[in-house]
Amino acid sequence: MEFEPVIGLEVHAQLRTDSKIFCSCSTQFGAGPNTHTCPVCLGMPGVLPVLNRKVVEYTIKMALATHCRINRENSFARKNYFYPDLPKGYQISQYAYPLAEEGGIEVEVEGGKRRIGITRIHMEEDAGKLIHDEHFPSSYVDLNRTGVPLIEIVSEPDIRSAEEAADYLRRIHEILVYLEICDGNMEEGSFRCDANVSLRPRGQEEFGTRAELKNMNSFRNVQRALEYEIKRQQYVLEAGGEVVQETRLWDDAQGVTIPMRSKEEAHDYRYFPDPDLVTIAVSDAWIEEIRGTMPELPLEKRERFLRDYQIPPYDAGVLTTSRALADYYEEVVRLCGQPKVASNWVMGDILRFLKEDKRDIRDCPISAAALAEMIRLIEDGAISGKMAKEVSEEMYRTGKPPQTVIAEKGLVQITDEGALAAVIEQIMAANPTQLAQYRGGKDKLFGFFVGQVMKATQGKANPQLINDLLKKMLA
Amino acid sequence: MKITRTEVAHVAHLARLTFREEEMEKFTSQLNDILLYMDKLNSVDTTGVEPMTHATVLYNAFREDVVKPSLANEQSLANAPDPRGEFFRVPKVIE
Amino acid sequence: MELYSLTIHELQEKLRAGEVTAADILDSVYQRIDQVEDKVHAYITLMKEAAQAQAAAADTAIRNGDIKALTGIPIALKDICCTQGFTTTCGSRILHNFVPPYDATVVEKLRASGAVFTGKANMDEFAMGSSTETSSFGVTRNPWDLTRIPGGSSGGSAAAVAADECIAALGSDTGGSIRQPAALCGIVGMKPTYGRVSRFGLVAFASSLDQIGPFTKDVEDCAILMNVIAGYDPRESTSVNIEVPDYRSFLSRGIEGLRIGIPREYFIEGIDPEILASVRQAIAVLEKAGAKCVDISLPHTEYCLAVYYIVAPAEASSNLARYDGVKYGFRSQEGRDLLDMYKQSRSAGFGDEVKRRIIIGTYVLSSGYYDAYYKKASQVRALIRRDFDEAFKKCDIIATPTSPTAAFRIGEKTDDPMQMYLSDIFTISANMAGIPGISIPCGFTGDGLPIGLQFLGGHFQEGTLIQAAAAYEKTAGMSALIARQKQAKMNFA
Repeated sequence: MEFEPVIGLEVHAQLRTDSKIFCSCSTQFGAGPNTHTCPVCLGMPGVLPVLNRKVVEYTIKMALATHCRINRENSFARKNYFYPDLPKGYQISQYAYPLAEEGGIEVEVEGGKRRIGITRIHMEEDAGKLIHDEHFPSSYVDLNRTGVPLIEIVSEPDIRSAEEAADYLRRIHEILVYLEICDGNMEEGSFRCDANVSLRPRGQEEFGTRAELKNMNSFRNVQRALEYEIKRQQYVLEAGGEVVQETRLWDDAQGVTIPMRSKEEAHDYRYFPDPDLVTIAVSDAWIEEIRGTMPELPLEKRERFLRDYQIPPYDAGVLTTSRALADYYEEVVRLCGQPKVASNWVMGDILRFLKEDKRDIRDCPISAAALAEMIRLIEDGAISGKMAKEVSEEMYRTGKPPQTVIAEKGLVQITDEGALAAVIEQIMAANPTQLAQYRGGKDKLFGFFVGQVMKATQGKANPQLINDLLKKMLA
Repeated sequence: MKITRTEVAHVAHLARLTFREEEMEKFTSQLNDILLYMDKLNSVDTTGVEPMTHATVLYNAFREDVVKPSLANEQSLANAPDPRGEFFRVPKVIE
Repeated sequence: MELYSLTIHELQEKLRAGEVTAADILDSVYQRIDQVEDKVHAYITLMKEAAQAQAAAADTAIRNGDIKALTGIPIALKDICCTQGFTTTCGSRILHNFVPPYDATVVEKLRASGAVFTGKANMDEFAMGSSTETSSFGVTRNPWDLTRIPGGSSGGSAAAVAADECIAALGSDTGGSIRQPAALCGIVGMKPTYGRVSRFGLVAFASSLDQIGPFTKDVEDCAILMNVIAGYDPRESTSVNIEVPDYRSFLSRGIEGLRIGIPREYFIEGIDPEILASVRQAIAVLEKAGAKCVDISLPHTEYCLAVYYIVAPAEASSNLARYDGVKYGFRSQEGRDLLDMYKQSRSAGFGDEVKRRIIIGTYVLSSGYYDAYYKKASQVRALIRRDFDEAFKKCDIIATPTSPTAAFRIGEKTDDPMQMYLSDIFTISANMAGIPGISIPCGFTGDGLPIGLQFLGGHFQEGTLIQAAAAYEKTAGMSALIARQKQAKMNFA
């Protein structure tokens, strides 16, 4: 029997606000344990939450970017459970009335695009961190992260393969980062993903029993975990077994998913409206104000690049992976006027340099203006493409503009016809035999003379000019 | 019976409370009395009535996204029954 | 006349005139505390040293001509109000050693207006009770009869004011916890409109019902304290940002033409006949003074108690989840693992009434019961509020008894929770609807126990309540009557 995977993803994204969602503590990562804590986020008696306006605005941005309906009135509820990283004994989250519902984004699949529905986007507070003692039966609680704002983005079970899931995640990640509402750092946990996956016989309407996958901290791991889990479930079903509804953890080292050890306690979160927080009313005017501050989104940008710069879809895709990169590219094009050449340089050398150094485009030592200048120098014939490789490397290493690098390295191309003609005459005089053979019809020897000129000029001669002059003088 | 001992035990677990046997007996019986009294509400027609979960109808109480000083680590831990270094310590969480 | 027996406004006159110092007043109050506290047990914590420093600062301010609304006035705080650097227990073992690093907004406001804090007053554990018997720190006794309860949950605050162990006090009211003990102790107690006084720093019992308010010896003092504590607080999302009037300006407006609603559902069988008679007598006094009485109906009154005992425990079960032995407060050493630590700490840290309510609250929110209990109760709550909206179209204020009985005996109702809950039958509706209420003394039973008269008003109509209460107090000569009764009946032998 052929099985079809049914996958839904839950993304938790930390919002890039300065302060926490319900108190004024900093959200900065990496501070000493329990130093970004106050009576509110420590859950001390009698203190009260007050909502950070920016959290709502950022969530509205994400809702607009993913074509969700924004609920004009939405509100918070309490999700009640005990855990040492949850100081109030409840998490403030949105339940019955989330900020946004019923949206979707497009993902690329073989043979075109598919829309993946988004069920809801809601705001909530993050929990703290537990560190387990390796030697003693103790755990240590750090509440710095408690109250850092999160949005949870829940997809419809529309995803049909591990690859599609990874692409959906990349798109969501890209939008969050484009909007500058999440730093997208998966290692620090600013972008986390859980997956629900089940199999059903192809053609069947109802879903099979699903497993929930956790602990996947990279796009690659999500894809690997899903691939593994799909296979696992397939074997179980093919062997006539039944998939158990459970939470499974991705074990990166082993490359397998394993069931969580704790006995699966039936959760009863006893959600109810939080009496300490009031309804959030979102007016049309507010939405329009926020829409006015939205940047061009990746998909729109990609389409514009295809249209305006006539570059291949692959290039447009790469160049729009980040806003800063796209801005860099556009600036280079604006200054040099050559979209395809600019694309080759940015996607080629520039991205290679940056990748080697694990640097961001924003920290690239070659400014867009410098790269554009170098491209113009190639175009003008001042340097050859081959020289340019050397020049760009030096520019990256030193941060110097192209003219300086060229001058310092003595890389100026010989474009003086008289000077080059003199060199050619010398070579002709020094190689009478070859000259006679060439003139006698041995055309292949043209290459020999080109080589001799290049050698004599240490490669600085303009190749086109060498060609033209040689043809004239050898004849 | 509105509520059985098993249910009381389950709810007690959810609330992280334990009771001795004789307490359990008394509690279950008292809870039954209270829940029976609640049955009054079934005689009220609430069709189409929006639940009132707040004493007043208010919208949009916000604060601006401004960082203010947090408590120092010692202050955060000052009331902790079992602080260890810069952390709150708890018996190991079994996962 | 001893200084401790005076009111805020009387003491202020003396302070202004330079007849007494804040230190004199505090000495007098502490002298009284030394005399009667071991009988009454109104306080959990006394703050004598800090109070002496505050009184000294007040005297310096007075010498510099800087007299604020409460300069030099000794005030007791219910131990549910967080005080920076001073233990705040909420009457519970689970918070027996909790020292908040912050002040409640009301405490900040009192400090800023020059008040002197005598101490933290006893209360029912987490404000759950009507008799102050559920406190982990012992029972408070009614100064009018030491064998009886002072009411609750703010029984310590009420008893402290009645016994002159402070000049005024703050309490909190979730279902009647200010008004009922005020009635049972023969003093004035007000629960303001929800959102009028900040809840920041008030240890939460039921967040959609809790409200802080004053206990005072007369209505003028109530107006003075309300002027200080009322107002918008950006630290509370449910605080309401509307202007606060000068409540003192309502004191002498009289009662002429005021329409007083008499709800038929509040004058029923089961009420102590002496109380019924006394309240009816009070209404007659008001009518004679020019008020117009109107019969009104609050048809959902009989459901108030049921709604309350669903909504309040539901919210409490969540509010009290933070007491888990991790960040502060009591932790049991018995716990073998985390789950066990939670259970042992909470079971040993909370008393029976609190546990009972946590269980009810957890139950009514749990899967399968939410709609039948919590949602249903919230809907009926909307109808209760609607009753009041309708009623206030016909009247300006509503008059009822505050409590169906006078102070009962210690231990009388501790084994029957339902009987105890019925003590709040007339006060709960105001919390349901979020409206203000005031209880003022209106007489005494044959046994010499005080009786309270309750006025309820529309949202933010505290001024009108003060107006009516002041008019009644004056017309009925209540202050003099209480003084005489006190002289004759209150003894601490």
